[in-house]
Amino acid sequence: MQELWQALVQAVNLIVSLDPEVIEISLRSLYISAASILIAALFCIPMGALIHFHDFKGKRVVINVIQTFYSLPTVVVGLFVFLFISRSGPFGGLELLFTPAAIIIGQVILIMPVLTGMAIGALSGVDKAIRDTAISSGASSTQAMRAILFEARFAVVGALILGFGRAISEVGAALMLGGNIRGYTRVLTTAISLETQRGELVLSLALGIILIGIAMVVSVIMNILLQRY
Amino acid sequence: MAFLSTVDLEQRAGPAVLLNRVNLSVEKGEVFAVIGPTGAGKTTLLRLINLLDRPSAGDIYFDGEKITDPSRNAVHVRRRMAMVFQKPAVFNSTVYENVAYPLKVRGGHGKAARSGVYELLDTIGLGGYAKRKAKTLSGGEAQRVALARAVVTQPDLLLMDEPTANLDPGTVKMIEQLVMQFNRDRGLTVIMSTHDMQQAQRVAGRVGVLMKGELVQVGRPDDIFYSPGNAGIAGFVGMRNLLKGNVIRNESGIAVIDVNGREIEAVSDLRAGSAVEIYIRPEDVVLSMPAPAGSARNNLRCTIRSVAANGPLCTVVADCGFPLEALVTGRSAAEMGLIPGQEVYASFKAAAVRVLPSMPA
Repeated sequence: MQELWQALVQAVNLIVSLDPEVIEISLRSLYISAASILIAALFCIPMGALIHFHDFKGKRVVINVIQTFYSLPTVVVGLFVFLFISRSGPFGGLELLFTPAAIIIGQVILIMPVLTGMAIGALSGVDKAIRDTAISSGASSTQAMRAILFEARFAVVGALILGFGRAISEVGAALMLGGNIRGYTRVLTTAISLETQRGELVLSLALGIILIGIAMVVSVIMNILLQRY
Repeated sequence: MAFLSTVDLEQRAGPAVLLNRVNLSVEKGEVFAVIGPTGAGKTTLLRLINLLDRPSAGDIYFDGEKITDPSRNAVHVRRRMAMVFQKPAVFNSTVYENVAYPLKVRGGHGKAARSGVYELLDTIGLGGYAKRKAKTLSGGEAQRVALARAVVTQPDLLLMDEPTANLDPGTVKMIEQLVMQFNRDRGLTVIMSTHDMQQAQRVAGRVGVLMKGELVQVGRPDDIFYSPGNAGIAGFVGMRNLLKGNVIRNESGIAVIDVNGREIEAVSDLRAGSAVEIYIRPEDVVLSMPAPAGSARNNLRCTIRSVAANGPLCTVVADCGFPLEALVTGRSAAEMGLIPGQEVYASFKAAAVRVLPSMPA
C-alpha cells in the first residue's frame, strides 16, 4: 500500500514538475499509439463496412477468423514483423527495425482484427430499418452506408478507444521492434518494464499511473466530441 | 397509361408466394388504399414499388417508365417517391436533421430548403422540436417526423405502409388529415396500405383488397364495404352475420335459402341447389316485440343471447337457429328491456341480405 501511495505522489510530482524525460516518453507513447489507431482505422472501418454490407460465401468463417485474431499475442506480432524488417528479412533494406515506425507497424497489425471485428459488430447493431429509410429517402448506396456508419458512431468510437487502449498498453511489439532506445523508441510500457527490472518499482508504478491517465483523457475527449453530434 | 401500374407483379421467397400476379393501376393525384389482413403482401407490394426489393417476376411502370428495368438508375426513380414505414425509423440526430435528410442526399440544402423544413415542422405540429433528439420522440411524434421527411422533397408519389398502426386515435386523425391535405394542396399521389377498412373509407378514393398475395377486388371504398366480392373480403371488411346456406327455391328473383333449418328470403338470381354464403349487416336487422307489422320479408322469432354496450349503440346477439347480430341504440335497448333469454322478433328486408356463391374450400 505504501508503495502505491508513494507512486501516486511521484506520478503527480513527475507531471507537475514536467520532468522532461517522462513528458517525452509519454508524448511518444501517445503519438505512436495514435498513429497506429488512425492508420488501422483507415483500413479497418471500410473493411468492416465492406464485410458487413456484402453477402458472400464464407462470410461467417471470415468473421470467425477475425475474432480469433482478437487474442493475437503481442510478442507473436513482434516476432512476425521482426522477421520481415530485420536486416536479413524481405524489407530489411528499409532499415525500419528499432524505429518508431516499426512499433507503429506492429501495433497496426495487432489492433486490426479487433477494430475490423468491432466495426462489423457496430454496423450489425444498426436497425435494418435505418438502411431502408436512407435508401427510400433517395440516398445512393454510398450515402446510405455513411448514414449507417453515422448511426453506429458510438460503437465505432468505442472500438477506436479499445484499439487505442490495446496499442498504448502493449509491450511485446514495442520492445521487440522498437528496442527501447532511450530518447528514440522508449515508450511508457517499455520504460515500465525496464524500471521494474532495475528495481525502480515506484517509478514504474508512477509511469503506469500516467499511462492510465492518458487513456482516460483520450476516452473522455472522444466521448465529449461524440456528445456534440 | 396509369401514373403507376404493376403488370403481373410477383414476389416469391423460396416456395412461398408473397405476391401473385398483381395488376394494379393508380392514377395521378388519387389516394389509393391497399387493404388486407396481416401477411397479405401489402408491405411486399409497397417495397417493390419503392424499388427497395426486386420482384421475382413482372414489371412496374411509373409515370410512363418501366422502373423495374435493371438498367434504370434506381436512385433517380426513388428520388421521385417517398415512403413512410409502419415502424418509423428515425436517425439518431435532431428532428430537423431527420426531416432535412432527403434534401441533404439530393445535395440541395440551401436557405429556402431550410425554411421549408421549419414550415413543415409547423405543419405537423412539431414546430418547437427542431433541435430535439429524434430518438426521444414518442411513437406518434416519430411517425409525424417520418411523414414530414417523406414529403419534404415534394415527391410525385407517397407510399405509406400502415402508417397509423399502433398509434393513438388523436395521432391517427392528424396523420390522416395531413395526408389528405398534402393530396389536396399539392396533388400528391398516395398509395397507402392499411388493415383498417374504416381508415380506407375515410382517406382513400379507391381501394384495392389484397388477400394472400392476390389483388382480389378494386373499387370505391363503399363498393367494397357494401358489395364485397367474396366471403373472405366480406369477413375482412367487418361483415358480421356471415352465414352458410343452400338455395331451396327461387321465385322470380327472390331466393329462399335454408340456413340451419330456418328459411331466409333474399334478392338473388341463384338457382335452387346452390350453396351460398349470405351476410346481413347488423344495422339492417330490426328487433321488435311483439311481431312486427312492417314490410320486411324476413321475420324470425329468436332468443336473445347477449347484449353488449358498444359506444352509443348496443350489439345484440340473438339465437335464430343461427347466431344473428343486430345493432340497436342503447336507448331502445333499455326501452325494450332487452336482456338475455328474452324472446324477440328479428326482421330484415330481402334486399338487405347479400348472397354470394360459396367459395370452394
